[in-house]
Amino acid sequence: MTESSRGGKPQSKTMGETITLGKALNHGLRRALEDDPKVIIMGEDVGKLGGVFRITDGLQKDFGDDRVIDTPLAESGIVGTAVGLAIRGYRPVCEIQFDGFVFPAYNQIVAQVAKMFYRSLGNVRLPIVIRIPFGGGIGAVEHHSESPEALFAHVPGLKVVTCSSSADAYMMIRQAVASDDPIVFFEPKRRYWEKGEVDLDADLGQAFPLHQARVAREGTDATVLAYGPMVRTALDAAIAAAEDGRNLEVIDLRSLSPLDMETVYRSVRRTGRAVVVHEAPGNLGLGAELAARITEECFYSLEAPVLRVTGYDIPYPAARVEEDFLPDLDRVLDAVDRSFGW
Amino acid sequence: MANGEREVGADAPAGGFVQLLTPDGERVDSVTTTDGMTYSVDFTDEEYRELYRDLVTVRRLDAEATALQRQGELGIWASLLGQEAAQVGSGRALRKQDMAFPTYREHGVLYTRGIDPIMPFGLFRGVDQGGWDPHEFKFNTYTIVIGSQTLHATGYAMGITMDGKTGTPDGEAVIAYFGDGATSQGDVNEAFVWSGVFNSPIVFFCQNNQYAISEPLERQTRIPLYRRAAGYGFPGIRIDGNDVLASYAVTRAALDQARNGQGPSLIEAYTYRMGAHTSSDDPTRYRIASEVESWKAKDPIARVRAFLTKQQVADETFFAEVDDTAKKLALDLRERVLAMPDPEPVTMFDNVYPHGSPEIDAQRASFERYHATFEGSGH
Repeated sequence: MTESSRGGKPQSKTMGETITLGKALNHGLRRALEDDPKVIIMGEDVGKLGGVFRITDGLQKDFGDDRVIDTPLAESGIVGTAVGLAIRGYRPVCEIQFDGFVFPAYNQIVAQVAKMFYRSLGNVRLPIVIRIPFGGGIGAVEHHSESPEALFAHVPGLKVVTCSSSADAYMMIRQAVASDDPIVFFEPKRRYWEKGEVDLDADLGQAFPLHQARVAREGTDATVLAYGPMVRTALDAAIAAAEDGRNLEVIDLRSLSPLDMETVYRSVRRTGRAVVVHEAPGNLGLGAELAARITEECFYSLEAPVLRVTGYDIPYPAARVEEDFLPDLDRVLDAVDRSFGW
Repeated sequence: MANGEREVGADAPAGGFVQLLTPDGERVDSVTTTDGMTYSVDFTDEEYRELYRDLVTVRRLDAEATALQRQGELGIWASLLGQEAAQVGSGRALRKQDMAFPTYREHGVLYTRGIDPIMPFGLFRGVDQGGWDPHEFKFNTYTIVIGSQTLHATGYAMGITMDGKTGTPDGEAVIAYFGDGATSQGDVNEAFVWSGVFNSPIVFFCQNNQYAISEPLERQTRIPLYRRAAGYGFPGIRIDGNDVLASYAVTRAALDQARNGQGPSLIEAYTYRMGAHTSSDDPTRYRIASEVESWKAKDPIARVRAFLTKQQVADETFFAEVDDTAKKLALDLRERVLAMPDPEPVTMFDNVYPHGSPEIDAQRASFERYHATFEGSGH
């Protein structure tokens, strides 16, 4: 991970730095800690170690061990105590070390975090962010490469977002922490080391809305819908398709719950074709929901059915075959071909 | 460790418990445990009478709720019958600044927090999911999933420490309620670990009412529950859960230790669920009548009445007035429950997110349009 030139207590005045997505998250969390003394970070190894991916690198040193808290190794405990801290007035940012480790906390997230505001008739707000590095492609062992986002997007009361670039990582994590809604924040772990330009002085008030999709590449012939780690894959596919004379529009959904369908509909009504790409298994995934909604709203604009390029409906496979499991440039192009061949 | 290792009377379980008022209404001046903690109470006559009034009132309101459920006015009711002393004693031990995290059965504690007793009826009638403001009354929402609230309580207690509100006699403390069944939950054990590690100002108050629906205590543990605390590194103590004085004295001391910065403790209130788990349960399938009869002899209210009578602190006129007042409260409660309106269906879309959601807004609008098509049709 590239070290930023900013050390010690942050006096961020650098414009347009080029930093990795992981470092952008680190800067974003630092800004969140600076901006509000009620913000705390809690998780396993987030302190001295700075997290297994170093996303919280240096934060405990600068903000103290009562604001960046190394917790006991119990995910339900991390989220359950975050609920109590939030009731007390704190704004906890919980780190779940890997996607496959979130399930001990699933009960607290689904039964408590998602429902407390509703249950209390609006009396109790839980401004909690649950950060989860997700997705495969890093050659890891079991439980370290999963994409469980649909399991959270399906739950009323939670909002679910994911970033795909350094610039979004920096702003979206700050926006998530500033939001009073409980937010599950998925981080594309295979993209942690990819670099992009970030305006570290950007003002939260000027930020692109957290729950709005962004057109990552404008195009006219077909719409590719992606999020998190697959946005890069979709953009690469668009470059390749351009060589074949096909002009693909790529939409980075960013918010998985709620979905910004207006941006999607506008694009699909123009292009007449849609391909959804995600690493998660296809069965009952985000792609299914997107396909259903697009069909309901854009039926007369569609030239072909909405197609999905997803992981298979199997447990995440062993690392040596994961490249055959994960959607890649060729599989996206194949789906685009099928759409045009309809 | 404070274990309450003192046999008192013939009714104590093996290992003993702290008891300050016997089932016959005899006062025990004080109890000193093996670790040197001494427990006693110093109530005025008026305070004794008010404790009695609390006990009678919460039992009477509970009986009214059970009746309302039987008459089809509540979907379900979780009765506190038999656990009045554990709840009133611990609830009255809370100071104003202390925060409580209940299960779904702490109607007695709710009453001591000054919350209108009608509040939980929204939940049990199916009108809403709760209703009071936890911040206003320092009493969180009812929690139905077993044990979850112990982690919330622990987090809240961590926040108290972070706010610098411990270490003084006027510091803040938290009490987490749960039952014997909950002690098998991972969340409760995690709460013990966390509060121990962070030395959080919290009292874990376990009402061991001997049954988790149908499952007896032996299905949850092979050691007395209060002894679990030792493994987590904080004191555990067992009290006679049917003794309102022991419940008050031990909880007050534990809360004060917590607020003073001495960390967590576990209280096991040894009691009995005299009624069913909820109105949907049939306890005759799993426990015998003689067991229930033996616990009737340890009734939490009868012993206070016997004590007040013997001490000539109260007379029949007082008892009659308390009964009458409680009955009036219960009838008032009944009237208000019957008058509770069903919510407007469209309100189901409210309070999903603090910042709202365009998707929910669209569904609300669609719902309203759909229902508008029935207007005038009698639907």
